[in-house]
Amino acid sequence: MSTLAQGNVIAVMGDFKDPNKVTAAAKGIHEAGFTKFDIHTPYPVHGLEKAMGMPKTSLPKFALAGALFGLASAFALQWWTGAYEYKLNIGGKPLFAPQFGTPVFFELTVLCTGLTVFFTMFGYLCRLPNWHSKYQYDAGFQAATDDNFCVVLEADDPRFTTETAQALLAKLGAADVRVVHEAIEQD
Amino acid sequence: MAMEAKEQVATATAGHTNGAALNGYHDSPSAKPVREPLVLGNKTIHQITEDICGVAEQKATPKFWAALLASMLVAGAGIGALAYTIAVGIGVWGLNNTIGWGWDITNFVFWVGIGHAGTLISAVLFLFRQKWRTAINRSAEAMTIFAVINAAVFVLTHTGRPWLDYWLLPYPNQMKMWVNFRSPLEWDVFAVSTYFTISLLFWFTGLVPDLASLRNRAKSKIAKAGYTIFSLGWTGSTRSWHHYEFAYMIFAGLSTPLVLSVHSIVSFDFAVSILPGWHTTIFPPYFVAGAIFSGFAMVLTLMLVAREILDLHDYITLKHIDNMNKIILATGMIVGYAYAMEFFIAWYSGNPYERFVFINRATGDYAWSYWMMMTCNVFSPQFFWSAKLRRNVWFTFGLSIVVNIGMWFERFTIISTSLHHGYLPSSWHYYTPTWVEITIFVGTFGLFMTFFLLFAKYLPIIALGEIKSIMPGAQPSHHHHDDHGEHGDYYQSGHYVDNEDAVKKHN
Repeated sequence: MSTLAQGNVIAVMGDFKDPNKVTAAAKGIHEAGFTKFDIHTPYPVHGLEKAMGMPKTSLPKFALAGALFGLASAFALQWWTGAYEYKLNIGGKPLFAPQFGTPVFFELTVLCTGLTVFFTMFGYLCRLPNWHSKYQYDAGFQAATDDNFCVVLEADDPRFTTETAQALLAKLGAADVRVVHEAIEQD
Repeated sequence: MAMEAKEQVATATAGHTNGAALNGYHDSPSAKPVREPLVLGNKTIHQITEDICGVAEQKATPKFWAALLASMLVAGAGIGALAYTIAVGIGVWGLNNTIGWGWDITNFVFWVGIGHAGTLISAVLFLFRQKWRTAINRSAEAMTIFAVINAAVFVLTHTGRPWLDYWLLPYPNQMKMWVNFRSPLEWDVFAVSTYFTISLLFWFTGLVPDLASLRNRAKSKIAKAGYTIFSLGWTGSTRSWHHYEFAYMIFAGLSTPLVLSVHSIVSFDFAVSILPGWHTTIFPPYFVAGAIFSGFAMVLTLMLVAREILDLHDYITLKHIDNMNKIILATGMIVGYAYAMEFFIAWYSGNPYERFVFINRATGDYAWSYWMMMTCNVFSPQFFWSAKLRRNVWFTFGLSIVVNIGMWFERFTIISTSLHHGYLPSSWHYYTPTWVEITIFVGTFGLFMTFFLLFAKYLPIIALGEIKSIMPGAQPSHHHHDDHGEHGDYYQSGHYVDNEDAVKKHN
């Protein structure tokens, strides 16, 4: 069984329970000029990302690209296989027509959009899977999947000093303001 | 029943004395309890985690193992019959030259239809901001996936040589042959496989944050490893939720037309043919309504059992049962209307073949099947006009099974009556299934229950993140829309109202 030793300071954390207070705190941290911070919540709290100063998600652009790709590939697939590569007369029906192509147009559009959204959202925008978080040993951080709103001010923010971060979180009303050290596994 | 009513009264009283409690009513002091709470028992957010994760964390009871074993035995019998079919050929089924589609396609349509309620609850009710869906959407989505797997069993074996099923896909091959996109059967390949994929992605996306909750609580090594891998390292970061919520909305937006398209395309398998009784334009909406009808009945059957065994009375309340019963009543009426309209059009079209098929349907060799369908689907849901019966758990349970029997007979009636008396009287024939077909069908129920039991035991059966987000007091106060009824705005980003005043007032 490995034990953990303390390394450098990596963050200052504080906890909230009230969605109003955490929204106000997000605004306060953003206004104080911090950029490298995050708030971990058990469910999406509305307006929190705006209060944190996050820009709109770029996901819709990816979704549109996926949709257009799906539609284009459905069109190409049906036209190329049926009306170009191997022309087969079946009951005198046209080799290609948008009428009979519609179901496959629709299905491939939906399929490609869904796959694009899934992989872009998790893989690119959320940077997952990432099975190790440097904060994962903190109990308050873990409780963020239960009922805790855990504010994390990261140490690599240019404005970060342990003192200013602690003072800011305390001023904003966070409970259990704590300095978090890197955990180094030792055998 | 009586106990639950009392519980609700108790909750209402508590709500009045303690305005800030998470009681399901809005917390403004002047507000009257006009709506029943969605979650009973004054739960805190932490209690919800305890309750739902507790289901997965408790040691499996002997009752669970017994149920699982029984389901697996039934599934095993089905798999045996399937293996026999594949080894010998589909000649072991009761199909003949006239009736080439029997229980196989009936069961395929039946199971695909069952899946529709899951997508409807997770996507359509989401877009309509029906908060009550949060208690049932996870299990309904799971049910969708298992039902589509069962549907695939039939559609993949009815081809006769299932080891060549990859021929259904367009792929470059030595014969330089491609699939026929002019055939509705090919559309079906795309429709069902897209439906399965999107349902799975949607379900998994919903599961990720909840698996993270389980991961952070897991004690045993195996559980920890499993939940860790599948939760992808989710931490509840707002920077992730932000994208996640949008993705969720896109999935709901995609699934809504998708769920309508799947059964429409399944109905094209019939409607695009020239057979009287099949060749009608009413089929797509009629099939979709029937699918939702049977799907909700199946959700109720499963949820009522899960509610008892896993003690989810506080989450799946009489209000949920009532709401689902209303949907059953509404879709049952649509189905009834479609049955009547089919008859009317058969007469009104002046087409003698159409007329014959419908008169034969109600009075011919398969009249027993037709009247079974009518009784179960059209007459029986009428009981749900009574609010008392809609809130009666046992009655609902019984009726949900009756509805599914009816919906199975609907598909059987459509398929066999049109096929057995086609244009050529010399080919008229009758069809009865063999033990092999019956065993496979029963086996799929075993498979379905096996999957569902495993899901209910090891995964969060209620969408934790979603149900927490709709609890009163869970959102910043400017987001309290409860006064306008139930159109909550959970999981919707880009819906930000400047909250400066609200925040000022609060601090």
